[in-house]
Amino acid sequence: MALDEYEKRDFQVIGSRPVRPDGIDKVTGRALYGADAVLPGMLVGKVLRSPHPHARIRSIDTRAAAALNGVRAVVTGADFGEIRKGETRNVAENAMAFDHALYDGHAVAAVAATSEAVAREALKLIEVDYEVLPHVTEIAAAMAPGAPVVHAGFVEDSVPDGFSENVTARHEFGHGDLEAGFARADKVIARTLKTAATHQGYIEPNACLASMGPDGRGDLWCCTQGHYFVRQLCAEIMGIEESRLRVTASEIGGGFGGKTTVFVEPVALMLSKKAGAPVKLVMSRNEVFRASGPTVSSEIDVKIGMTRDGRITAAEAELRYQGGAFPNITVMFGAMAAFAAYDLGAVRTVGYNVLTNRPKQAAYRAPGAPMAIYAVESVVNELCEELGLDPLEVRLKNAARKGTKSSYGPTFNDIGLVATLEAAQAHPHYRAPLGPNQGRGLSCGFWFNFGGNTSVSLSVDMDGSVSVTEGNPDIGGSRASIAMMAAEELGIPFERVRAIVADTASLGHNDVTDGSRVTFAVGLATIKAARAAKKELCKRAAMMWGIDEEAVTWENGCAKPSGPNAGSFEPLPIEKIARKSPRTGGPIAGHHEVNAEGAGVSFGVHLCDVEVDPETGHTKILRYTIFQDAGKAIHPDYVEGQMQGGAVQGIGWALNEEYIYGKDGRLQNPGFLDYRIPVASDLPDIDTVILEIPNPGHPYGVRGVGETGIVPPLAAVSNAVSHAIGTRLYELPMSPPKILKAIREG
Amino acid sequence: MVAVTLWGSLRALTDGQAEIEVEASNFKEVLTALEQRYPALAPQFERGVSMAIDGVIYKESWATPVRPDSEVVLMPLMVGG
Repeated sequence: MALDEYEKRDFQVIGSRPVRPDGIDKVTGRALYGADAVLPGMLVGKVLRSPHPHARIRSIDTRAAAALNGVRAVVTGADFGEIRKGETRNVAENAMAFDHALYDGHAVAAVAATSEAVAREALKLIEVDYEVLPHVTEIAAAMAPGAPVVHAGFVEDSVPDGFSENVTARHEFGHGDLEAGFARADKVIARTLKTAATHQGYIEPNACLASMGPDGRGDLWCCTQGHYFVRQLCAEIMGIEESRLRVTASEIGGGFGGKTTVFVEPVALMLSKKAGAPVKLVMSRNEVFRASGPTVSSEIDVKIGMTRDGRITAAEAELRYQGGAFPNITVMFGAMAAFAAYDLGAVRTVGYNVLTNRPKQAAYRAPGAPMAIYAVESVVNELCEELGLDPLEVRLKNAARKGTKSSYGPTFNDIGLVATLEAAQAHPHYRAPLGPNQGRGLSCGFWFNFGGNTSVSLSVDMDGSVSVTEGNPDIGGSRASIAMMAAEELGIPFERVRAIVADTASLGHNDVTDGSRVTFAVGLATIKAARAAKKELCKRAAMMWGIDEEAVTWENGCAKPSGPNAGSFEPLPIEKIARKSPRTGGPIAGHHEVNAEGAGVSFGVHLCDVEVDPETGHTKILRYTIFQDAGKAIHPDYVEGQMQGGAVQGIGWALNEEYIYGKDGRLQNPGFLDYRIPVASDLPDIDTVILEIPNPGHPYGVRGVGETGIVPPLAAVSNAVSHAIGTRLYELPMSPPKILKAIREG
Repeated sequence: MVAVTLWGSLRALTDGQAEIEVEASNFKEVLTALEQRYPALAPQFERGVSMAIDGVIYKESWATPVRPDSEVVLMPLMVGG
């Protein structure tokens, strides 16, 4: 497809801040989330989970559970064991263990019963005969030759000899002569940095209601970031055609990447099929932590060379990520993103994916990038400290810009990194004085952003109001931004447009809400759909006036005669054309289907001030400012919210959040009491500065903004803490005991 | 002819070649030409690839035109997030 070139224009609706269309529903409780779905005769589903991090399942005896009064169905891996291949098989095996329990919390059986109490009782009656196997949960141990093999059969050709079978893939990127580059450096620093696995921490636990009919057709209601992908996965797992399964997305209480796959949905469908009744399955918070998809943990070696005046001469990194018992490509993104902010003549990154006995990782905002860029930005700052250089000046000196050959291959077009750095440099925050035990840190951030397959339908209703049907769950304000783009294009007030999220049977395919793609791709399709509707509206006006279609133009919500021979007519507003539509050819609509390309990368810069209590090791965030390129902010409230939300999650990642596994291989902190996410009282107001460097691949210049915001906080906070305490930590989270230890060891 | 740059991991499958010239006028023809010359690339292509053409990343759009002077960089398939 040809790229939709950006056109500079004066906006009427875009850039304003109308009241969000889902606000009333959400504050009054009218909004329906995953667990709110109900059907007559609905059963309650519950899942039995492995207490062992690694075990062979010798047998499962479900007879007593099945015989319990009120139990209507029991399923195990045997019900899912049909031949499938690739990622769908992995998803199915993660949803229900086939013959091995691969991590603490791995589902091994499930029941559907008439009440929750009966379902819980039934789980106790299921007897699983386990052969407990050696386990491994940490990266280095899992990579070592002779390590317990977590899950055999996934090693790709790219992996060299000498590793355990848990190393499944090797990815390499880069260009230039590293040896010569390092030889030119006045200072070279090499460090190993580690980050813990974290969870997206969405407030709404995974939940669904499944109803499979005896005719093999089914319905599924669930909280998800992508109900078309849910349909694809579940239909394949259930062995039915996609059209036989209709999936409806509920409102979503957070996803952040974690709800781009399925966990309980295939289980609920299989229980419903066996029970012949609808089954609702809602994960507890404990289950969400143990058996949904956290992000990877990482170990990263970084080596960077710099001249005395701050020019980076060479850079390399080896990244080792574990993402649980199934393969994934997150480390590939890390290896691509690590040095994306820099204009480098010599750069190389190598990434290894490692299997461990932990839950199957899922995406988490800019997957793979936060930890990689944390490692790089920490070492860049350390070089600046060693050489006595201003860290922001050094980043400006080395910043990627238009024409830079990126570290992952392509040459950048118009990008906003230099603009964000200059905005940070000019901001009062950068020069504000600091007190005792206080420090300031900064970091750059980057994400690729995706486009993808998108369908949009737009209807001009009979009174001239407009309905837009999209197929991506609204996780960050898409109904508002889509309605705004439709209103802008049609020249009508925002309030006259309603955007809804359709089920999978009501609209063409839409990719998952991921990669910060929706405002870009669905927005693009909406603009095209609106343009199609405008063309039809002009045609109808021409018919009403009795002039040529080409002699009509569209302006401010009205058709107007245009050109010397068009004649003189009063402008026809959309409502008048709509009301006459039965007489001029019937309903008026526009639609557009596209695999949207040209998403345009996004850069950001974060400034962070902290104060560290030298007696307790507690870190308080004093001030935080975000500078990010949004291309064009459609609804600035939401853009700021995305930037702030990403920063808060990154701050939690930097300071407190971590999956803690005991020597027994079991997760020690599966709850928000022991897994500490930042709350409002932990944080200052987070200031945002939106920059708008238009994306040439979108008619309005939009870039995705949902993910870049989580990337810089890890290093920004770490650099600030290092500045405050005078010594550097190389591991996240920087929880109080670790900071105290660092202070005491100097 | 179009010069196609491969990402590092693929070079082991192309006798160490980082840049390969092929006769192609669009995304799909680039892949076909590369696969004909280096059959070992087929499994990776089956898993999926993206292609950056003049700095713009295309995920799967086979018909995207490629000019002789285009910068063409093969990249892993960009999914997830």
